Amino acid sequence: MTASGNQSKIQHISMANSELKKRTVVIDPVEPAVTPPPATSDTAFLKKPKLGTGRGKKRDIPEGLWTKCPKCENLIYDKELDANLKICPKCEHHFPIGARERIHSLVETCSFEEMDPEMESVDVLHFTGAASYESKLAANRKSSLLKDSIITGIGQLAHHRIALGVMDFSFLGGSMGSVVGEKLARLIEAGTDKGLPVIIFCTSGGARMYEGMFSLMQMAKTCGALAYHAKKRLPYISVLVHPCYAGVMASFASVGDLILAEPGAMIGFAGPRVIKDTTQAELPPGFQTSEFLREHGLVDSIVARKELKDRLRSYLDFLKPDPTPS
Amino acid sequence: MKHHLDFEKPIVELQRKLDDLRTHPEMHSLGISFEEEIRLIERELHETKRQVFSNLSPWQRVQLARHPKRPYTLDYVRSVFTDFSELHGDRHFADDRAVVGGFARLGGDRVMVLGTQKGRDTKENILRNFGSAHPEGYRKALRLMKLADKFGIPIITLIDTAGAYPGIGAEERHIGEAIAVNLREMMLLEVPTIAAVIGEGGSGGALGIGVADRVLVLENAYYSVISPEGCASILWKDRAAASKAAAALRITARDLLELRLVDDVVPEPIGGAHTDPLAASVLLKKRLLHHLAEIRILSVEDRQRLRYEKFRAFGRVHEPLAAA
Repeated sequence: MTASGNQSKIQHISMANSELKKRTVVIDPVEPAVTPPPATSDTAFLKKPKLGTGRGKKRDIPEGLWTKCPKCENLIYDKELDANLKICPKCEHHFPIGARERIHSLVETCSFEEMDPEMESVDVLHFTGAASYESKLAANRKSSLLKDSIITGIGQLAHHRIALGVMDFSFLGGSMGSVVGEKLARLIEAGTDKGLPVIIFCTSGGARMYEGMFSLMQMAKTCGALAYHAKKRLPYISVLVHPCYAGVMASFASVGDLILAEPGAMIGFAGPRVIKDTTQAELPPGFQTSEFLREHGLVDSIVARKELKDRLRSYLDFLKPDPTPS
Repeated sequence: MKHHLDFEKPIVELQRKLDDLRTHPEMHSLGISFEEEIRLIERELHETKRQVFSNLSPWQRVQLARHPKRPYTLDYVRSVFTDFSELHGDRHFADDRAVVGGFARLGGDRVMVLGTQKGRDTKENILRNFGSAHPEGYRKALRLMKLADKFGIPIITLIDTAGAYPGIGAEERHIGEAIAVNLREMMLLEVPTIAAVIGEGGSGGALGIGVADRVLVLENAYYSVISPEGCASILWKDRAAASKAAAALRITARDLLELRLVDDVVPEPIGGAHTDPLAASVLLKKRLLHHLAEIRILSVEDRQRLRYEKFRAFGRVHEPLAAA
């Protein structure tokens, strides 16, 4: 996509975040995390061995337990963050949340039947770049514990049976290749056949380059499936989650009967850097945030993560007063 | 011929020699002719062209697709169609000049023809925004397509864009939404639809008018999820690796046909469409008429079903359990 220049940037940002997570908490004030003084300095002789052992010990204890909030800069205990749906308890900043965690927060216990859990991407073009697609896939499967960047399935949200798709940015920047398109098409078609509402949580850097034109065509495929879903007058709600860009925004994410967004998400077609480079213009403040998009008329409502389930339920109650029996 | 690409050089040289030989006797009022030499050079020229153009690399094709002399949408509108009557505006915000469209006739039959339009010089490029449409362009395209659908007029879209425009206004007016709505609505059109990539098929900006019963691509056009330069800068961290990216992405007409992502490749005159625009338009017209005749005889339901099934089938995945 045009915005894919942005993809790398987003990945950078997200990588920076995940590094922040692993930052150790400095307990001992005499050992700041700076380059040790040169060996020739007077104190180096005394300090150097101490610095080495001390650091190692400290890293062992607190690593991965605390996360620094990029918005309010407070340190949050990771367990607290997990218990709070990855929302900063101090400033309400919404951290990225994994697809499985998200699904657990939405559907009734044990009601979710995942569709196509084993589906995997294929290196259809035998893509060779700086790294091969196969190796990228393998590395991402390992780091994200996912097969690809989306999980789909049928579940129960309160008394509504819904067809639910949730993207996960941690797998190759949430990029859309054949798997995302195919899983979504099957999900939407299942929704159409069974008369179920479709809800998709969208977060993506765009179409996946490694699958070339196959990726681009997933845009038409998903929108086509949604066209037939809409023809049966079934509700489709799209929820935009940070970050959501390019090929996904130019397809299923933008055609919801309702388009919701989490607060403070970055949402757009082209990435901010690409726009800046192309137009040489200063970007307006708050450009491409959820709030900006509500202001400019794309987003129906900005809904905090903790209220999403209730809100989705109330919309479904309104649009489908007689829910499909489960 | 001012604009020529590196690999066109030997051809340009021979052409110049040939032109000289032809005009020389006249210019000097000599009674002699160089018929023998002319015939030899003509043969050499033909052979060189054949050799150069049968072995083009993907990157060279991208350069041909972007050739400044290549016929653009309005050139084909004038040469392939007759009675073109341009229609303007999206009825909401503006008339995006990067998208042109209107009534026309193809071989005597009514059609709606529309496409992305590049500029030939700086002034026109500013007017046409270098062929990169704003949301208004996609909304104008959809308005015209809906108009055609209402009156049972087949739709032909010509695609030639580096991509949808990445600008502040485009974001404020939701270019992603404009493209997405087109994808959805084009899937349900009742009339026959053909999309032809005539030059650059730049990602979502191309697909935004590219959902059709038949998708054609000209021999030297390309159609890609991302520009080779964009891909190179992300994966190779170097825009100069664009030629590698062009090959890896498999974006040439031949690749796309092989991967069955397009329905047909429209041949171009040897040397590329820009060397003989009229011949190129004859070839395009022939394929358009052929495909239109084929999809015309289908029922509305069949056309819609086949269109959806075609796009629905795109993609390759691996399913370990299903296979076992």
